[in-house]
This record gives sequence, C-alpha cells and structure tokens, in this order.
Amino acid sequence: MSLDAYLLVGAVLFVCGVICMATKRNGIGVLMGVELVLNGANINFVAFSKYTQLGLDGQIFSLFVIVLAAAEAAVALAIALNFYNNHLTIDVDRASKLKG
Amino acid sequence: MVGETLRNLLLIAWLLPLCGFAVEIFGGFWGSRRSRVAAWLAVGCIATGFVCSASALTIWGNANGWSVLHHAEHHADETAADGHVAHDSVTPPAPETLAAADAHADAAAKPAAEPDAQKPQDSSAAATTAHNDSADHDHQHTAASPAARTVYSGTFYRLATFGSLELSLDYYIDSLTLVMFTMVTFIATCIHLFAIGYMSEELTEEYVDHHAHLRNGHHVHRPGRFYRFFAFLSLFCFSMLGLVLAGNIFQVFIFWELVGICSFLLIGFYTERKSASTAANKAFIMNRVGDFGFLIGLMVVWTYFGTFKFADTVDVDGHVVQAGLFHMLPRAADGNVIINPENGEVQIGAAAANPGNTHKTIPYYLLVVAGLGVFAGCIGKSAQFPLQTWLPDAMEGPTPVSALVHSATMVAAGVYLTGRFYPMFVQEVLLTIAYIGCITAFVAATIAIVATDIKKVLAYSTISQLGYMMLGLGVFGWGAGLFHLVTHAFFKSLMFLCSGSVIYGCHHEQEMPKMGGLWRKMPITAFTMLVGVMAIAGLAVPGLVGPGFGQLFAFSGFHSKDAVVATALAYVQANPAHFLLFILPLITAGITAFYMFRLWFYTFAGTPRDHHVYDHCHESPLIMTGPLLVLSVLAAYCAWGGEQGSLYLLITGDQPAYVSHGIPAVAGALTMPGHDAVHAVHHQAGTYALIAAFSGTFLAWLLYGSGKVDVAEIKRQLGGVHGFLANKWHFDELYDALFMRPTHVVGRFCASIDRLIFDAILHGSAAATVLVAKWDRAFDEKVVDGLVNLLGNATWSAGNSLKVLQTGRLRQYVMFIVAGVVALFGVLLATFPR
Repeated sequence: MSLDAYLLVGAVLFVCGVICMATKRNGIGVLMGVELVLNGANINFVAFSKYTQLGLDGQIFSLFVIVLAAAEAAVALAIALNFYNNHLTIDVDRASKLKG
Repeated sequence: MVGETLRNLLLIAWLLPLCGFAVEIFGGFWGSRRSRVAAWLAVGCIATGFVCSASALTIWGNANGWSVLHHAEHHADETAADGHVAHDSVTPPAPETLAAADAHADAAAKPAAEPDAQKPQDSSAAATTAHNDSADHDHQHTAASPAARTVYSGTFYRLATFGSLELSLDYYIDSLTLVMFTMVTFIATCIHLFAIGYMSEELTEEYVDHHAHLRNGHHVHRPGRFYRFFAFLSLFCFSMLGLVLAGNIFQVFIFWELVGICSFLLIGFYTERKSASTAANKAFIMNRVGDFGFLIGLMVVWTYFGTFKFADTVDVDGHVVQAGLFHMLPRAADGNVIINPENGEVQIGAAAANPGNTHKTIPYYLLVVAGLGVFAGCIGKSAQFPLQTWLPDAMEGPTPVSALVHSATMVAAGVYLTGRFYPMFVQEVLLTIAYIGCITAFVAATIAIVATDIKKVLAYSTISQLGYMMLGLGVFGWGAGLFHLVTHAFFKSLMFLCSGSVIYGCHHEQEMPKMGGLWRKMPITAFTMLVGVMAIAGLAVPGLVGPGFGQLFAFSGFHSKDAVVATALAYVQANPAHFLLFILPLITAGITAFYMFRLWFYTFAGTPRDHHVYDHCHESPLIMTGPLLVLSVLAAYCAWGGEQGSLYLLITGDQPAYVSHGIPAVAGALTMPGHDAVHAVHHQAGTYALIAAFSGTFLAWLLYGSGKVDVAEIKRQLGGVHGFLANKWHFDELYDALFMRPTHVVGRFCASIDRLIFDAILHGSAAATVLVAKWDRAFDEKVVDGLVNLLGNATWSAGNSLKVLQTGRLRQYVMFIVAGVVALFGVLLATFPR
C-alpha cells in the first residue's frame, strides 16, 4: 500500500463531496458533502502522518478536523432547522437573501 | 491731650458725611423715591459735624486761653492809643507764657500717655527753636505770636512709604483749619436744610424735566433723584472737610480731586440737559488744566523737599524726625528767603534745625516753579483768570449746589490752599497771585454788570470776590484774603440761596428781565437778599461805625473788603510801580456795589415786567426761608469788630510769623507791607472803598431803582461795550479759537492720517488676507478634497462592480471554490515542476 493509494481515496472522497455540495439543493445534502470533503482531507492528513516525517501531528490535526466538523454540523443543523421554521423548506437555492 | 481731642472731634466731623453718603446712596437706591430720609440723614451728619467743629474751636481756644483774642486786644488798644506804632517793644505778658507752658507740658505728657507713634504732635518746640535761632532781636515778637503754640499735627494713617518719602493721611489743625471747619459745616447745614425745600420737586416717581427735550420734542420723564442729590452733597462735605483737615500737600491734592468730582456730579445733576452735562465737562476739564500745574508743583516739592507734610514730624520724645514743609524754607530775620548769592540756590531745612537736611538745596527758580504750580491748581479751582470761564457755566447745577460748592466752599478751596501754602510762596509768586486776583476781580465784575440771569450775576460776582481774596493774599494780606473768604462764604451763600428761593418761587424762571417788584410777593427773600447785597457791597454808615454797637452800622463785607483794599494800598505805597493793584480793586468795589444793587432793584423793586411770572410767584416755605434768616444775620455781622473782631483774630491766630511785621525790600525785590503799614492807611483806604461802594449803589439806584433813566437807551448807546461785556470779554470765543479749533484741526489731521495711512494699510492687509483665503479654499476644494473623493469613489465603484459576484446561491459558491482549488492546483503544478 503506497501513499498514492490513500491520496487517491482522499481525492475521490473530496471530489465526491464537492460534487455533492454543488449538486444537492437540500441543505442536509450539502452538509453531507461538507463531511465528505473534510473526511477526504482527514485521510490525507493521516496518510501523510504515516508515510512522511509529519509523525503524530497529522493524526492530531485530523482529530481537530473531526471535532470542528462536529461543531460545524451542530451549528449548520441549527441554522437549517431555523431556516426550515421560517421558510418551510431547506432548499439552499431559496436562501439567497445574502446576495450582494 | 488737647491735640487728641481736637483730632477726634474733627475726625468725626470729617467722616460722618462719608458714612452718610454711603447710607444715602445705597439706602436711597433701594428705598422709596418719595422719602425724605436721605435728606434728614445728610442734615444730621453735617449738623453733627458742625457741633463737633464748634466744640473743637472752643476746646482749642480754651486750651490756649484764647490768647489769640487777648493778644489782639493788646494790639487794638495799642493802635487805638498811638495810631501807628511799632509794637516790637511790647511783649504781651501773662496769657501767652501760661499757654506756652501748657503746650510744653502737653507735649511732655504725651509720650507717657500715648505710646504709638501716630498721634497728635505739638510742633511748638521745633517751631519756637527755629525762630529763636533765626532771629534774636525778634525773639519777643515771635514768642508772642501765637503761631508756635496752637498748631496740632500728626498722622491718621500711613498709606505708603517710598524710601524716605511717606504718603499718609495727616491732619494739621490750626486756627484757620478750625474756622474753616466751623464755617463749612455751618453753611453746609443751612444749605442742606434749604435744599430739602428746593429739591422737593424731585420727591416723585416721575419727574418731568422741562428743560430737557427728547428728539421727538417731548420733555424728559425720569424718576426723582432726591436721595442722590443729598448723597452727593454729603460726599462733597466729606471731601471739602478732608481738604481743610489735610496735613500734607498730597492729601490736599487727593481731596482737591474729590471735591472736583463732586462738583462734576452736582453740576451735571440734571444730566439729561445738554447744557448741564456740557457745563460739568467744562468745569472738570478746566480744572484739569490747573491741576496739571499743581502736579508739577508737587513733583518739585517731592524731588527737592522730600516730604509733603506741612508740619514737622516729631517722635515720642519731642525730637524733630522730619522737618515739615513750613519750616524748611530759611527766612532771614526780616522775613526774606535766604538765597546763596553765588549759585542762586536756597538751602533747605536750616530753619527747621534738622541736621539731616542741612546739605539739601533747591535752585530759587524752582521755588518759583513750585509756587506757581500749586497756584495754578488754585487758579483752576477758584476760577481765576485765565481759567474763570467754567464757573458761570457751572450754574447749570441746582441752586443749593451753586451756593455750597460754587460760591462758599469748593471754589474758596483755591484761596484756602493759597493761604495754607503761604510759607512756601516767594515774592515772585505772590506778585503773580496779586495780579491774577486783581485782573480776575475786575474782569468778572464788569461782566456781572450786563448779565441778566440772576445766578450768572452771582457767579461772576463770586469770581470777582475770589479775585479779591487772591489779591489780598498776593499783596501780603494773609489775614485780609482769608477774612474775605469767610465773610464772602456767608453772604454769597446767603445770596445764592435767596436767588434759589426766587427761582423756586418763580417756577424756575432765572431771567431778571422777567422779574421785578417781587418784594411784595416774597418779602423775606427780598429782605435777606438786601442784607446780602449790602454786605457784599461793603456798605457802612460813615461816622457811626465804631467799637461796640457802632458795629451795627458796618456790614461784614465792609470790614473784609476794607482789609483787602487797605493792604493793597499799603502795598502800592511801598511799591508804586504796581499801582494797578490798588486802582483796579477800588474800581471793582464800586462796580460790585453797582451790579449787586442792580440785581436787587431789577429783581425785587420796581413794577412787575412779566405778569405771568409775577402772578404765579410765591414766597418759599419756612424750611427755605429759615436758613436765609439765619445766614443773613451772620452775613451781616460775622465780621463783627472788623480787624479787631474775633473772627479776623481767630483766622490770623496762626498766620505765618513773618506776615504781621512785613518784609522789607532787599536787592530790588518788593516790599511787603506789615500790619503797621496797613493800619496806617486803613482809614484812607476804607474811605476810598466806601466812596466807591456808595457811588456804585447810587448809580444802581439811579439806573434801575429810580425809574428816571431809560436803561435801554443807555444800553443802545453803549452797544459796543455792552456786547463786549455780554459776550464775557470774548473769553469763550478766544479759547475756542486758541485751543478748541487748533485741537479740532489737529484732530482732523490725525483722523486723516488714520484714514489715509493706517486705514489703507489695514484695508490692504485685510484684502490680501481675503485673497489668500480664497486661494486656500480653492486648493482645499480641488486638491485635498479631490484626492479623498477620488479614493472614495474608486472604492465605491470597485465594491459596486464586485457585488454582482455575491449571488447568494450556495452551490455557485461551491463551484467558485472548486474553480479556485483547481486553479491553485494548476498554478502549483505549473510553478513547481516535479
């Protein structure tokens, strides 16, 4: 197993996440895409910690990312819930009030 | 002890009017305009002052055993017995010696009783010593002269000390001070009472001034100023008494200015009237001219004598610490000032036996300058030629003011100061005084002939009589001049009050041509006025005048004018070159009688000329006629006994020692007549004066009393002279041409300089500033603001154009992120080859 394989998996996850974020109109779907992107990045961190001189730093970094993702998910879900309460939908295309 | 009692009594008399002033001016301001409280307060203050002054005079006299009068009785007996006697040989015995012992005991007792340094000092020791070592053969005479024992001086309060020079509030109490105090307070009391009646129209919330017009033609309406009038009168009394009490020449100057400001305030009492405010300004400004000379005199005294005090400063042991001015000029035994023949300088301080001062000298000409300077102040204050023009205008003030300030007291202050400062005057100064007085007396008397305003006649008469006093002082009649001052104060205040009564009764009509026959309507005023007129004219019944009740036939003016004229005659006999000094006063005596009787006949006798005035006129109330009656008694007989009477002897009690025996001429100087010389010509001069007075009276009766002569015809024929006199010798025009116009020319010139140069510079610089400011504004607007706006605009437009990117569509943002990431990767791969 070489580093490239891990990176490939990470890249696939990342691309999947991006595509999910770009295509889903459901707010929850977008959040799931975000999770995929973050996990893709996590795989890269862990892989680099294993195959380079990065050591445990990469793994610690990935732990931080997981914690951040959990926090982000909590905030985002709260927003989504409120958005739903106000608009009876979680279609992100309907949330265009912040346009410049 | 006596000195301290006198000091305290006079201090009370002096300060009470000041307290009165303070209470009246504030109380009146807050109180009712209809209240007479201020007036009664003022009367109370000044009447108490009179009581204090009179008691002080009595105490003073008792303390020296009335030696002044005793001495004179001797003198009188002598003169009666021998006619003209050289009385050097006679030493008046007991009373003097006793009094001298008293005085010395007094001085000796002081240190024990009064430890502080500021207290009355008896300067007798110093003075006596001085006279003793200066004149041995004269010893008896000087010792007999009461001058040495009756002067009390000291310091109230030290204001400041500059090195050896000290400014302080001193007092100098001698017989003249006391007589002046009593006279001023008495007359002031009478005038205060009179003024209560005269000013009663001011007791209102709304006084209508019929002589002051607004621009729309209406009369001025203002609140009554009754309280303010009496407050000013009180302030004036305070100032005048301070002037008389002053113990140094600088203090005199202070109060000199204070009476000046009171005069200003009172002349301008009807301040809404243009004429009144102008007259007040004129009086004040003309007095400044004289005071300028006064200041120069003060500077000479300050520089060369180093002290302002009249009397010696004596320490607790009776030693002279600092010689006073009066003892500084060394006079030889014959009374002449001792001049060093080599350098023309006079040694200062020799006469005071003060070792600290013996080396100081003063050039003789500076003595003349100092004397003339101080006299210049007197010229202004006493309205002497050439500064006489303010006094007639000062009649714009209320009549009681004219009586108190502008006839009896303030204008006499100049004469008083001349008399007070007499020891410092040298012969040249005295000659100037004599000529100034002589010219003034004549000029003013001639103008009074043609004046038609009743107060103006009295004003010119006042100027003329003040000239008489100055003349008397100038021809070495120290006593005569001051004697005339006191008698004149009585009869002139009486006459002014009478004129006030006439004006009040005639509802503020002052023109005599509109009066006539008023004696039927106002008998008391007419009678008292007649007394005053006879007194000033110097009438007496010849042949009946004698000692005792013979005095009933001689009025006070007869005695005092007689004294002046006699002194002048003695002077002219000794110095024939100055014959004018006798001729002019004699003529003036006739003119005086003429214009005064003219006034009386014009006003009170004959038939009414203006029936409107006559029908409405009435006698004044008792509060006004009462003072008239009291004053008329004194005006007629205050000089009872003439030069052997008590008033004259009281005044001359402390005269400068060398005056009584005269000064013989040395080295081309003038001869000053002594008392003996004056007595020798007394009858002669008195006869001349009486003839002049009677001819004046007769002429007045002929022209105005008899009705047999057409006055208008005479006036027409003498039109030129009449016009000249009616225009007051054209003095106002002369001063207008000499001073006013040049001043206006200079003023206009200065104004044009201002306009052409300074204004041009100012305007130019202002225009330049405006120009710079405009340019500066343009720079600000174009450059600075432009830069800032440019930046702002650029930021704004950048934001404006960028905002389209923020669509608010989430998935689009993700695409941007992806594109960004891909671009980053592209750059990474392109930049870092593997």
